[in-house]
Amino acid sequence: MIAKRAIELTVNGKQCEGLVEPRLSLADFLRDHLGLTGTHLGCEQGICGSCTVLFNGETVRSCLLLAVQANEGEVLTVEGLAGLAKGGEPLHPIQQGFLETVGFQCGFCTPGFLLTVYELLSENPSPSEAEIREQLSGNLCRCTGYQNIVAAVLWAAERLRAKSDR
Amino acid sequence: MAETSTPFIGRSVKPHKTSRFLIGRGVYVSDIRLPNMLHAALVRSIHAHARICGIDVQRALRLDGVAGVWTGHDIQDQVALFPESFEIHPRPWLEGVKPTLQGPRPAALAQRKVHYVGEPVAIVVAEDRHRAEDAVDEIAVEYEELRVVVDPSEALKAGATLVHDDSQNNIVFSFKVNKGNIDQALRDAPYTLRERFRHHRYCAAPLECRGVVAWVEPKTNILTIWSSTQMPHLVRRQIAAQLNLPEETVRVIAPDIGGGFGPKVFVYPEEILVPFLALQLGRPVKWIEDRREHFISTAHGRDQVHDVELAFDETGLILGLRDQFLLDNGAYNPMGLTDAYNTAAHLQGPYKIPNLSVSGTCVSTNKVPNAPYRGAGRPEAVFVMERCMDLIAAKLSLDPAEVRRRNFVQPEEMPYHAGILYRDGEPICYDSGNYPETLAQALKVAGYEELRKQQEDLRRRGRYLGIGIGCYVEGTGVGSFEGAKVRIDPSGQIVIATGATGHGQGHETIFAQIAADLWGVSPEEVRLVEGDTASIQFGCGTFGSRSTVNVGSALFEASARLKEKVLQLAAHLLEANRDDLEFGNGKVFIRGMPQRSLSFSELARAAVPGWASKLPDGLEPGLEETFYFVPATVTWANAAHVAVIEVDSDTGEIKLLDYVVSHDAGKLINPLLVEGQIHGGVAQGIGAALYEEICYDPNGQLLSGSFMDYLLPGSMEVPKIKTVHLESPSPLNPLGIKGLGEGGAIAPPAAIANALADALLPFTVQVNDIPLSPHRVLEIIRRK
Repeated sequence: MIAKRAIELTVNGKQCEGLVEPRLSLADFLRDHLGLTGTHLGCEQGICGSCTVLFNGETVRSCLLLAVQANEGEVLTVEGLAGLAKGGEPLHPIQQGFLETVGFQCGFCTPGFLLTVYELLSENPSPSEAEIREQLSGNLCRCTGYQNIVAAVLWAAERLRAKSDR
Repeated sequence: MAETSTPFIGRSVKPHKTSRFLIGRGVYVSDIRLPNMLHAALVRSIHAHARICGIDVQRALRLDGVAGVWTGHDIQDQVALFPESFEIHPRPWLEGVKPTLQGPRPAALAQRKVHYVGEPVAIVVAEDRHRAEDAVDEIAVEYEELRVVVDPSEALKAGATLVHDDSQNNIVFSFKVNKGNIDQALRDAPYTLRERFRHHRYCAAPLECRGVVAWVEPKTNILTIWSSTQMPHLVRRQIAAQLNLPEETVRVIAPDIGGGFGPKVFVYPEEILVPFLALQLGRPVKWIEDRREHFISTAHGRDQVHDVELAFDETGLILGLRDQFLLDNGAYNPMGLTDAYNTAAHLQGPYKIPNLSVSGTCVSTNKVPNAPYRGAGRPEAVFVMERCMDLIAAKLSLDPAEVRRRNFVQPEEMPYHAGILYRDGEPICYDSGNYPETLAQALKVAGYEELRKQQEDLRRRGRYLGIGIGCYVEGTGVGSFEGAKVRIDPSGQIVIATGATGHGQGHETIFAQIAADLWGVSPEEVRLVEGDTASIQFGCGTFGSRSTVNVGSALFEASARLKEKVLQLAAHLLEANRDDLEFGNGKVFIRGMPQRSLSFSELARAAVPGWASKLPDGLEPGLEETFYFVPATVTWANAAHVAVIEVDSDTGEIKLLDYVVSHDAGKLINPLLVEGQIHGGVAQGIGAALYEEICYDPNGQLLSGSFMDYLLPGSMEVPKIKTVHLESPSPLNPLGIKGLGEGGAIAPPAAIANALADALLPFTVQVNDIPLSPHRVLEIIRRK
């Protein structure tokens, strides 16, 4: 039996505790211990990007980060994204963009893309199509051919800019 | 239809019904958690071909938290073998084509011998996945290695090692189809050519791997299985058969599926083993495939080598085609001759070919099983035929587009009989379409004439621009059937149940659009239930560009029957003549008197048994009808793709500059979702043409077993895809629909290979193999 360790972190603004084996990944902690199954595992080798979450404000592969490494950190998952929408809207503008342009099909890679886009638009509110494609190149999607995802980012960027102008 | 309703068919309705995916509320198999659940992990063969001499599980059993270990020996009396895969083919086809069939029947866990790296050897169940994998590491399997067969042409030779002990040779299936007289055509033709084309092995790689959860509900004793499958009814049938259970006690649910694309269309060992263990242990059991396992256990696709002889005249008209091809089956082929015969059936494409001979041979090798993947035999056929078109053009110094125009089946020749059987056993008959116009549109959008001028200019400056065309026809909406159960809920909602099960296509949206038009309601008032064997008695599943055609048609017919009953009930309650009634706004009303109406909710609440019943004599309780649509045969979609590339002759790198798809899938239900299907298909086809390859070493060890070695195209590799839609309605179903799910993936390997050959025309190169990775492109240039 491997000794378990106590961890404490903030997930989607909520304080969470856990007693975990050191080998447990952050993704498994989120999914199995907290029930936040919106974070998906597509390869567990850090390549596909489906498990992307924000850790202390930066995107990470939650399959490659251990839960114990996330101790005392702050995590944002797809379940927390809608909560960041302003004015009580049910979807964050990024999520709305994916709906408007159909930037998703089976939905499996979608949470990882949403958080990658969140980071992108936080850093660059007016990305060009080429910049968007470059930023998304670490996330794999097997359904959409990326075209509508790129359109979704452009849609969301415009909406977010319009809101910040108000 | 009532004038108050707006047609929803043909409109780009947004997929609000699947917005759960945007907020992390999709529920995939791996998201299912049941109380007291155990977790399984598999011991898989590390050898491509070996005898199992012994399996020592003692150390594993002593580990904390291990509930048990099962080997092939342990289960052989309780779990039957898989059925012979050719059982899926219809009798008219078997009688018409008379294939040779020698189907090995796999076991859920290897018995005595392993046939490929990755074959399940034992299964462990433990309190959590970590412990199950710890136990897998403690199981010692003693093997005696056998000679390995990895090359299908070697597998054919006399004295070759047999992959399956009880077989006569390594040929699993073979067939030959003919029309006209190919020998004479080749003898008499002014021009002939002979080529070998290879379409390599690659895989679907859905981002969600496979997974199974099984549980026996104690009160009803019903075994419920959640599986990442495209075919819940088939999974139920096979679990019941292999575990000797009444089908009634087996319920299979396909929850949200993270992409399918083909390899989730048949039943895998784990889909039998996990339910078996849940029954044995009386606790829920879960198994989730990881990506490493996926590459060595989930079926691969394609993998064909074609030897082609082509006869044509001085104007470029094809006089005859002989194609003898080998398909590398891997160790098993769970889908029989589906891929191989699809290749034969689609080889002629949109062209008139008077003399034809196609023979296909499927060979066993010590590799992962080969099964349908998006296109299923069609991309291979299209690669061969479309390369031939360009070779004719090159030989005769004609424009490749012109050669195609000369050979096309013309619109006035529809319906056109292609002279051989389809795999449903019916003669192939192209039902509608305008192939010259489809190509003309693609060329127009691509700016073909201008590109040719640009190409000339660039060549003078030592830059190589290439334009490649890929045309195809696709048999869509294959049978044998699909059903729709339509019910009006007491709330007034229209509820549809079907055995098809989408995995990203947008079924919830498109079937709601169809139902909305049929019933005069909005799509929000329609609910789709799919992927659950408890919701409808019979089902096939979602594959082969078939669901919109078959479910749409079943929905149409079931609705027509149910509307008749609704009208009879409403006529009775409104004391009106049935012929004076109309549907609209979720109501039935008397024509010209919209205030005299009954809502669907009122009607459903009247159609009950007992005290609250308001049914007239002769009408049974319930507003529900089921219809199983059995298509007469497939309906033929078609498309023309144009790829524009620039190739760097120093590095071998191909850059995709533009990609155009001109497409005809009959009446479109939702253009926005159609575009998504095309984009995704093309992206996969680009992966096939340029990046993705399953590689084995001579010992049958997989070399491309992760996304680091197996390259999926990303957002930088897939260009913006331009689409044009033509709509030639199908005469074969009530809504005029054709299928399109696979289409995008069918032509890119052909179009991109043609573009490369076109770019390198000054070097007179041969482009007969894919993928066109930089090193292979450089080889092609050096080989010239």
